[in-house]
Amino acid sequence: MHNRRHFFVSIASALVLCQMLAAPASAQQTTLVVYNAQHPSLTQGWVDAFTKETGIAVTLRNGNDTQLGNQIVQEGERTPADVFLTENSPSMVLVDNAGLLAPLSPETLAGVEPQFRPSHGRWTGVAARATIFVYDKRKLTQDALPKSLMDLAGAGWKGRWAASPSGGDFQAIVGAMLELKGEDATLTWLKAMKQNAVIYRGNSVAMKAVNAGEADGAIIYHYYWIGDQARTGENSGNLAVHYFGNQDPGAFVSISTAGVLKTSKQPAAAQALVKWIAGRKGQDFVLTGSAYVYPVGEGITANERLKPMVDLQAPKIDPAKLDSRKVSELMIAAGLL
Amino acid sequence: MNSRNSADRGTPWTFVRPAVPDRSWSGWRGFASTRGPVYGAALIIALLCLLPIGFIVTIALQAGWDAASALLLRPRVGHLLLNTLLLELCTLPAALTLALAFAWLTERTTLPAARLLSWLAIAPLAVPAFVHSYGWITLVPSMNGLPAAVLVSVLAYTPFVYLPVTAQLRRLDPALEDAAASLGLDPLAIFCRVILPQLRLGLCAGGMLVALHLLAEYGLFALIRFETLTTAIMDQFQSAHSAPLANLLGGVLVLGCLALMAIESLIRGAGRYARLGPGAARRAPRRDLGPLTVPALVFFLSWAVLSLAVPGGTILRWLAAGGWSVWTPSLALAFTQTILLSLAGALLTTAAAAPIAWLSVRAPGRLQRLLETCHSYVGSLPGVVVGLALVTVTVSVALPLYQTMLTLLLAYMLLFLPRALAGLRPSLAQAPIELERAAMALGRTHWQAFFVITLRIAAPGAAASLALVGLGASTELTATLMLAPNGVNTLATGFWSLTNEIDYAAAAPYAAMMILASLPLTIILRNQSMRVSGR
Repeated sequence: MHNRRHFFVSIASALVLCQMLAAPASAQQTTLVVYNAQHPSLTQGWVDAFTKETGIAVTLRNGNDTQLGNQIVQEGERTPADVFLTENSPSMVLVDNAGLLAPLSPETLAGVEPQFRPSHGRWTGVAARATIFVYDKRKLTQDALPKSLMDLAGAGWKGRWAASPSGGDFQAIVGAMLELKGEDATLTWLKAMKQNAVIYRGNSVAMKAVNAGEADGAIIYHYYWIGDQARTGENSGNLAVHYFGNQDPGAFVSISTAGVLKTSKQPAAAQALVKWIAGRKGQDFVLTGSAYVYPVGEGITANERLKPMVDLQAPKIDPAKLDSRKVSELMIAAGLL
Repeated sequence: MNSRNSADRGTPWTFVRPAVPDRSWSGWRGFASTRGPVYGAALIIALLCLLPIGFIVTIALQAGWDAASALLLRPRVGHLLLNTLLLELCTLPAALTLALAFAWLTERTTLPAARLLSWLAIAPLAVPAFVHSYGWITLVPSMNGLPAAVLVSVLAYTPFVYLPVTAQLRRLDPALEDAAASLGLDPLAIFCRVILPQLRLGLCAGGMLVALHLLAEYGLFALIRFETLTTAIMDQFQSAHSAPLANLLGGVLVLGCLALMAIESLIRGAGRYARLGPGAARRAPRRDLGPLTVPALVFFLSWAVLSLAVPGGTILRWLAAGGWSVWTPSLALAFTQTILLSLAGALLTTAAAAPIAWLSVRAPGRLQRLLETCHSYVGSLPGVVVGLALVTVTVSVALPLYQTMLTLLLAYMLLFLPRALAGLRPSLAQAPIELERAAMALGRTHWQAFFVITLRIAAPGAAASLALVGLGASTELTATLMLAPNGVNTLATGFWSLTNEIDYAAAAPYAAMMILASLPLTIILRNQSMRVSGR
């Protein structure tokens, strides 16, 4: 009999354990759920400071842009997310097109330069990043550099440049190309890329490979390079940077975004988090630390290591027109996905 | 029948019940009071096990021929299939040959420190496959493609073949080899024509395990940039979540698994491998290698360097580079969460395996065999397919379960049910039904007798099952990446996200802790396979 009681006690405790584990983030009343496609280290810095200041706890679900964007769309109005943070705008547009975003508070929007947010105000930029071509200084000279991103489709570039096409970063750049050059030109370029490019998983991995001499250059965003230079330089010591400029698709400036889900059960706290990130304190974070992205706040200048935004000669593109679904379709058609 | 058996074999504690249905429990009353509920429980688990395959079939039907063929019949899918096939074709022969060589050297030769050498052959199991890759890309950053994939796979998976082959080699009766020698065969011919055919079951079992791992593995190949079906599915999932392309590719992967199972059962055949004749088999004599001793030892040493020193050295190097700052609070949190998750997964899986284990011992039959097949097939499915199925089903049908621990635990249950069965069944088989009957004669109900008697006798089996499942769950990567609830980070997912940011120093403590967690599994597996061999 005694043993039986033991047995039932252990079964009962196992059930209690399971139940504790099964509770879906049981403290959801007091905790914001953020679907985070930004670099976890940057967002962790943001939310730690935010929690310290406001007492509002935040749980992160980390992933990448398109994964989390599609996930929110699939979850629809039942999504547990309160706030969505992206590295690039296309996934936010995807969620917005599904009608899942709430308007942001006017104070939040007022602090952000108009060029970094859409006029409808359902999401805002929180940082910006520039497309670059990093190259191996030992292999390429200034005059051998591509004049345009489109040049990399040429037969001369076969097996010589690297990229990470499965990531949201690269897909945002393709989105810009699609908007600037049209569907046919983009598909042709992607098919050539399938032949020419050396494929890596992740921008830092692609950059590291170029540094190790595996390819001549790579299409990535600026802060991978600057971040590594600022730390030890061990993955970028042999590299130099080429900005395409000239309103080229390769000069695309991508906007990292934040939005509040309209189904959030704690809209006030969610709005407060976005306001904090887009505001002065959040923007200070992107200048220092290890982020090195461009700030979007009104009147805030970028870290001096960065090439000034005006000198980038970025093409003018309405972020709402970056079509991530179409990009994904074209990349599947080109055999890249 | 039973009394004859127990009389023959001495104490009632040691005999294993014959696979004959127990008449005294049959009849409607017996069925309704005991077996009915057990069958019911086993049926529910079996239905859960059918969920992934049902999901794949539904996806294929929903997509329709046109959409499916547009997504699947294209060069890229052919390229992925070819890569996966080449990987299997290059890795399997190498792993089988290497394992055979190790087994023969440690069991049949007078090499010094044979016991230590046999540990060396098994030890790479303690290193999760993606940590092997991590070691190699640190050492040779440009490593990629098929040759790299084959090299790392052979290093990581050969022990899976070594274990069953060694166990079988130990049990062989040397009398057959003597007979062949007396008929004039030279040693090489004896090895090829007498020993090798007798090892067929072990080679098949081990080879099958390796082949399934090659299909299912993600981390190993993603790190060294070799594209397989599974890496393509994960890429697709990570760019479009649960999208048609990922799901359809999952269907192709399942077909691959089924094809492997069919091939394995063809090769395995239905031959007889049990000894005939009285008495016990002699131990096989060990052969002195003479001048070949040194090359054989060098062979083992180079194996140890490639499979242990490379990952171990890398981790130590990064730990030294990272200093104290890499031992962060999030590492401690990931460790706690991993332990809790593995423990809960192990409890759930063991409980879920109990009904079918009990039925297979106490009431074998056609229905039971069918149910058992459902239980065991699901363990050979890749984590990525189970993950896809559970994500899609919970998000679209069973939303309250979406992103909960329960769903993740369910995935662990599906993936590790066969391990739990393997742990539980031998112990249950050792619990004599007579003791239960005696308890009932003294006034206990069926259930009381079961809990008081059988469960206690089966406790070591339950412990083995808990260990096997828990340790498997603690390094699981793909299903955990897909299903982990918000804010949950395990050692494996933490390691993964850090290596993706090429922060190898910060990833090192995660790798070290995963190896520590896998060590007991390696020891248990070795002891289990050696115990089966009876020596």
